[in-house]
Amino acid sequence: MTAGRCTAALLAAVLVCGLTCASTAAAEEAITEEYESISNANEHVQAQDDYARSQKRREITEHDDDQNEPPPSSSSSSSSSSSSSSSPPSKDYFKEELVIRPLSSGDIYASFQFQTRWDTDFFAPGKKVSHYRLFPKSLGQLMSKFSVREMHVSFTQGYWRTMQWGQPFLPAPPGAELWVWFQDSVADVDGAWKELTNVLSGIFCASLNFIDSTNTVEPTASFKPLGVGNVTHQRFLRYAVLPREIVCTENLTPWKKLLPCGSKAGLAVLMKSEKLFHSSFLSLAVHIRPVCQDWGCKGTAWELRQTVNVVFDLHTTGQGKREWSFFKMFSRTLTEACPLATSSKVYIDVTDNPQGELFELNPAAPSLTQAVVLGDRRTYAVYDLMASGTFGLLRSLNVLLRWKTPGNFSTQVDMLRPLLHGERYVAGYGLQTGEIHTLIYNNHPYRAFPVLLLDIVPWYLRLYIHTLTVTSKSRENKPSYIHYQPSKDRLRPHLLEMLIQLPPNSVTEVTVQFERALLKWTEYTPDPNHGFYVGSSVISALVPSVVAMDTIFPESSYFVRVYTEPLLVNLPTPDFSMPYNVICLTCTVVAVGYGSLYNLLTRTFQVEEPSPGVVKRLANMIRYLRGVPLL
Amino acid sequence: MGLLSDPNRRRALTNLLTRLNTPLCIVCYLAGVAWFMGLAFEPFTLRTYMSENAMGSTMVEERFLAGERALVTAREFAAQKKKMGGMPVDWLVKAMQARGLEVFTQSFSRTLPFPDENKERYMVHGTNVYGILRAPRAPRTEALVLSAPCTPGSSNNQAVGLLLGLAQYFRGQMYWAKDIIFLVNEHDLIGMQAWLEGYHHTNTTGMSWTPLEGRGGSIQAALSLELSSDIITSLDLVLEGLNGQLPNLDLANLFYAFCQKIGVLCTIQGKLQRNDWDSAAGYSQAVQTMLLMVLKQASGRPWGDHGLFLRYHIEAASIRGINSFRQYKTDLTTVGKLLEGMFRKLNNLLERLHQSYFFYLLPSLSRFVSIGYYMPAFGLLAAILLLRALDLWVQLGSPAPGTEDGLVDGEQVRPTPFGPGVLSVLTPLIISHLTGVALYTLPIMAQQTAVEHFPVSETEAVVLTAIAIYTAGLALPHNTHSPCPSVRVLSGEGTEEGWRVLKLIAIFYMAVLLGCTALINFSLGFILALTLVPVAAFITPHVPRVLSALVMVLLSPGSTLLFSIFVYQELQEAPITLLEGWNLFLSVISQGILDHNLYGSLVYPLISLLVYPCWLLLWNILFWK
Repeated sequence: MTAGRCTAALLAAVLVCGLTCASTAAAEEAITEEYESISNANEHVQAQDDYARSQKRREITEHDDDQNEPPPSSSSSSSSSSSSSSSPPSKDYFKEELVIRPLSSGDIYASFQFQTRWDTDFFAPGKKVSHYRLFPKSLGQLMSKFSVREMHVSFTQGYWRTMQWGQPFLPAPPGAELWVWFQDSVADVDGAWKELTNVLSGIFCASLNFIDSTNTVEPTASFKPLGVGNVTHQRFLRYAVLPREIVCTENLTPWKKLLPCGSKAGLAVLMKSEKLFHSSFLSLAVHIRPVCQDWGCKGTAWELRQTVNVVFDLHTTGQGKREWSFFKMFSRTLTEACPLATSSKVYIDVTDNPQGELFELNPAAPSLTQAVVLGDRRTYAVYDLMASGTFGLLRSLNVLLRWKTPGNFSTQVDMLRPLLHGERYVAGYGLQTGEIHTLIYNNHPYRAFPVLLLDIVPWYLRLYIHTLTVTSKSRENKPSYIHYQPSKDRLRPHLLEMLIQLPPNSVTEVTVQFERALLKWTEYTPDPNHGFYVGSSVISALVPSVVAMDTIFPESSYFVRVYTEPLLVNLPTPDFSMPYNVICLTCTVVAVGYGSLYNLLTRTFQVEEPSPGVVKRLANMIRYLRGVPLL
Repeated sequence: MGLLSDPNRRRALTNLLTRLNTPLCIVCYLAGVAWFMGLAFEPFTLRTYMSENAMGSTMVEERFLAGERALVTAREFAAQKKKMGGMPVDWLVKAMQARGLEVFTQSFSRTLPFPDENKERYMVHGTNVYGILRAPRAPRTEALVLSAPCTPGSSNNQAVGLLLGLAQYFRGQMYWAKDIIFLVNEHDLIGMQAWLEGYHHTNTTGMSWTPLEGRGGSIQAALSLELSSDIITSLDLVLEGLNGQLPNLDLANLFYAFCQKIGVLCTIQGKLQRNDWDSAAGYSQAVQTMLLMVLKQASGRPWGDHGLFLRYHIEAASIRGINSFRQYKTDLTTVGKLLEGMFRKLNNLLERLHQSYFFYLLPSLSRFVSIGYYMPAFGLLAAILLLRALDLWVQLGSPAPGTEDGLVDGEQVRPTPFGPGVLSVLTPLIISHLTGVALYTLPIMAQQTAVEHFPVSETEAVVLTAIAIYTAGLALPHNTHSPCPSVRVLSGEGTEEGWRVLKLIAIFYMAVLLGCTALINFSLGFILALTLVPVAAFITPHVPRVLSALVMVLLSPGSTLLFSIFVYQELQEAPITLLEGWNLFLSVISQGILDHNLYGSLVYPLISLLVYPCWLLLWNILFWK
């Protein structure tokens, strides 16, 4: 089986580069052993991800190409790039896939992934890449202009409910998140970052231009590069979250325009905005990173992954029925694959239904495949859109899931107990002080594991870092690594990173007190009584897998990143309204009145002689000179 | 101010003020009372209006239809409650889960400082059940709360039924932008206190509770529902919360707007609004409604389960269904529609409710008196204190009447009365405050001893100890005058200046105290000013002693409470006899102490630690030797 061999090779390649990264990291900053294992973990997630996906999607090899004749223009591109010494010409592939997973809560999770891979190097000396075929030109130019090595941007509406839905394929915090690794050749990282956010803001029609120094941080450990390369110093990393960013169709449209087929063909036709936004959770993301071109990793290729993760609430949209179909969810059906794609597949998670006793799919899936995703072995039904038989006589694919047990929609939602889970809230009342509580749950019955907690708190919440406590099972749990960067008023936020060992089956509580700053009156937002947002904290961990995995991972852990909910904090706010003016006016009047009264009370009064006239004064002067008594 | 800098004109003004002091005081008092009574007169009040733009137009169409089903649920709940003999926690958890909510429970326990005889509870254990409906579009940053207390007996089942019905209906809607928390709390306010403390992770009252596992971010508004019958004739809105805090007026406006839209009779203080404001009956109705609000607010206790939310800056109100003998009946579907409408409006809020007034009085639901209108009534009363203080100051400054230019001379003369004067007032000041501390601490501390030695229950012991200490304080002035003559001479007691200085200090003390109280809780400040200011104004050692002592006792804070009880009962149209009144008085005192201990109400400490000592100072002046 080719898939297994290729995966193993890919894995080996990634592990190699992971090890090099880790060793440089260890050389650069002498942190604890555990910390290294976590920073490795980022590579693991990549490996994991690739592993899972490549298992799912069989292969990317050349035998697909016969179906998909490249357009004539591609020949010129290959000829132009053939001048470079690499033996295969500069190739690009496009793959699309959709994974649908019925969640235990009765909701439906649909995850689109569009992957574009281009075997070229933007930064090869003396070569300017100017011809684009599948890779979006706007992003390519951006990468080369700002010397971006890796870029991850996501726009999310709603909050991923780990307790009900389990782990997502790709986690994202509510609002907008952007993190970028720059090339080590970049001298002015802050300048490049500022320009980059403004350009991205234009590309995605989002408020990314609101990213400035007050919400940008350089995390030391939580965000390691996911692609190949050897720069791991956080000097070249910038991370920012805009928790208030609202995702709308104006973000979806430019996102869809980056696809080679746009929304005209392929899986992207399903993305009708009125359906996508009528959901419980929606996350758009773009990830760009360098990957190895081949198994030997002689050259780098660029990988662009565009993902949409959406959770449909069947309870509200399906009138309480559990049946779903493409048409019901997306109000469209599939009619063709994207002609430019080398692979186009739909996966439906049928793990809970191995023998088909619970529900049936219509049309029946041509094949089944198995994969280990997030520490769990799943079974997927696969529909290959490249195969001509998939669409049937009607030339349209509308997968329909019908439950065999009739009856009502079982809304009896049992809470899941995901192995790692976090939540956060503000404690206390009043507008002077407060306390941020972060709860991290380790629900593993017997394994302890370390997690990295990253907290970014805006400067207007003045953290009292001496009040930081970490308790597990009502005992103090001393973090083995703490990186704290205090805030500067109006310049930069607090950054707190900690490595905490979570005991098995425990809740770890991290608390820190803060004081609410009084802003200058121009610094308040137009809606100050709404409150101010504090972005999600990020919990990254290698979670031990419950499934006994086979040969490949001896440690059998997988990387998980969990975002907590953002916080809404009220700051002391003046009343920007008529009574406020009245108070100001009254205070002025009172101040004037008080001044006069105080003056009166503290002064001694004497009756003053009426001042003498000019003549009298003159006479007195003469008398004075003469030495005669004055008048 | 040139008027005052000119010594001659200044003297003329001072003379005028001292000469006309008594008539001016009387005029101020009468004007203050008249102003207050005028507040309820409709032409002097403003019509309520919705200030918050986000809740402005009532465009939405209410679609809730499941009133009958809610009734069925209510009956099921009642049966389960009866079977369990308390709150059916498991049934509620299942019922909420079946409606698609995330359900959590919280258990709590609290031992009261002494048994609560009104509600027959001492050691309280209970469980709160709440379910969260997650908003699809918001990342758990904001929430709204709908709560219904689970009370023993057959009351309030319909509220729980309707709550569950609304939960089911709301779950099917897509437009929620804020999480909605459906809370069924046991042991009414104690459960609510436990839940709120758990939600905000604070502990102000020493209650023990298990931490909450699910939250919905910062709560923007809360409604508490009380329904005990299948059909209702009117809905009553309860606003008064802990320490006399009120929710933003927009919440009341919202309720009123939806009652008007849906066509439900709505009342406040249980009084229906009348349209004939120009008739005596109409005016009297408005006055009664406003007086009831003033009395309730002055009591400082939460008058519904919503009352505890206000401390956390959450706008909250209770909606109480009333079933009387009126012709016009309303079913649960209509009440559900009303709540649906209100929640959809609250869901639209972009900011916390802040546009409208937080300080107001309501003579009816459609009319309000804002702080700018009612404060002059208090200001006129407080002006009396300032006038008397000015008078005393001038008198102290000119010891020999007839001396010219009192103030300039006063500069030289003043040290003489003040040297011993300050010392002389220290003794009564300290002693009366110690009495206040005793009144605050002893009743609860000494209850065990009292129960052992006297045939009374714990509650009676606490109340009677409080009354005993209160009365014992009256005997103190005789004892503060120390028998040792050397101390007396040293402290300058018994001099004319001595009591004047004491009175000056007492008057300033009272002015500051009442002023601050009125800013926070106007009603309490006004009622106290109404009785204490006349005493403060006219008390001297030279008035007829027995008569004045009687008047002073009648106008003391304790008697004010007794009168307030009678007035309240009269306004509620439930007059009581003297004996009933006395019993109610005792129970109100015990409730006041309990409110302080359980929920942190500040009225009891305010009265015992500050107002009562201040009054004792005046009592001291009366018996000045």
